[in-house]
Amino acid sequence: MLNRRRLVADILAERGETLLVSGLGAPSYDAAAAGDHPLNFYLWGAMGSAAMIGLGLALARPERRVLVITGDGELLMGLGALATIAAERPRNLAILVLDNEAFGETGRQAGLTGRGVALSGIAAAAGFAATLEIAGANDTSALYELLYRTPGPVLAVAKISLEPEPQVLPERDGRYPTQRFRAALLGPERATR
Amino acid sequence: MPSTKAAARKWARDVHQVLREHEVRQVATVPDAGLIRLLEIVAGDTGMRLVTLTSEEEGIALAAGAWLGGQRSALLMQSSGVGNCINMLSLPALCGIPLLMIVTMRGEWGEFNPWQVPMGQAVRPVLAAMGVKLFPVEHEDEVGPAVAAAAGIAFNGGLQAAVLLTQRMLGAKRFADQE
Repeated sequence: MLNRRRLVADILAERGETLLVSGLGAPSYDAAAAGDHPLNFYLWGAMGSAAMIGLGLALARPERRVLVITGDGELLMGLGALATIAAERPRNLAILVLDNEAFGETGRQAGLTGRGVALSGIAAAAGFAATLEIAGANDTSALYELLYRTPGPVLAVAKISLEPEPQVLPERDGRYPTQRFRAALLGPERATR
Repeated sequence: MPSTKAAARKWARDVHQVLREHEVRQVATVPDAGLIRLLEIVAGDTGMRLVTLTSEEEGIALAAGAWLGGQRSALLMQSSGVGNCINMLSLPALCGIPLLMIVTMRGEWGEFNPWQVPMGQAVRPVLAAMGVKLFPVEHEDEVGPAVAAAAGIAFNGGLQAAVLLTQRMLGAKRFADQE
């Protein structure tokens, strides 16, 4: 089992110009703990939206790699997005699922991925270009290759430990990170229009 | 008589023209019979990406991602899909992200299917409760101006707006419109 905080920090250290969307709860804390960045869009709500935000962003900016980091429960709430994304075939979109097989934020209730539901298999069957599932640190070079260099859409599932990590809270407001993201990507004059 | 074929083509062209003028580049939909003409026109426009969704709330997240990336979008759906969108409307509301929705109504005027009535009747209060500005349209020649008004308030104000194409305008569902 991987440590989520270390895994996300290691992955984001290699991000280059990658645009990041993090799903609500712990994935947003993991991304913030790795170091705040203007091209991070942190979700604090809208459960089930992360993958589709990634698609809209990937279609708008085909020249940039887009990485979505989210949890197993968050992805399952918007599972149809895997079909929508597969049909659109964005070559620049990568999804990393931090899979602790539980609802970690709400009391560690058991999730569905611990009972045989395989998100990488669902993505592959939907038509994702490549998928991967890793459970140990030995596999991380294949993970980087998939997330940053393999033509998308790609999805990786990383089985992570349920051990709690300290909360590292990104900006709580929604408007500021939205405008900051647009300013960093598009230039300041387009941030609000 | 509401909605002859020629009139349906006309308002669909009007909407497409408004979307072009507002530089809408991503159009997301769960299709509806009332949207046939407009979806055909969008599909034929190489300047617009038509994204078919599995469920309507995906389109709100798509619009947010498009906006982050510098593109404008529109979301086209039937009234039943509005119910799928409720919690997801938190995202554009909190982040000040423009959202332009065009909703073809069911369950209100001459509806033959009682299953359409509960959600159809709930569309306005549900959207209003989530802060979406409403632009109901009862006449075909008002569709283009209504979409222009909704697009203006959405894209200039970072607000969420929905044009409701009423069943009185569209006519009760009949499949003859598909030729």
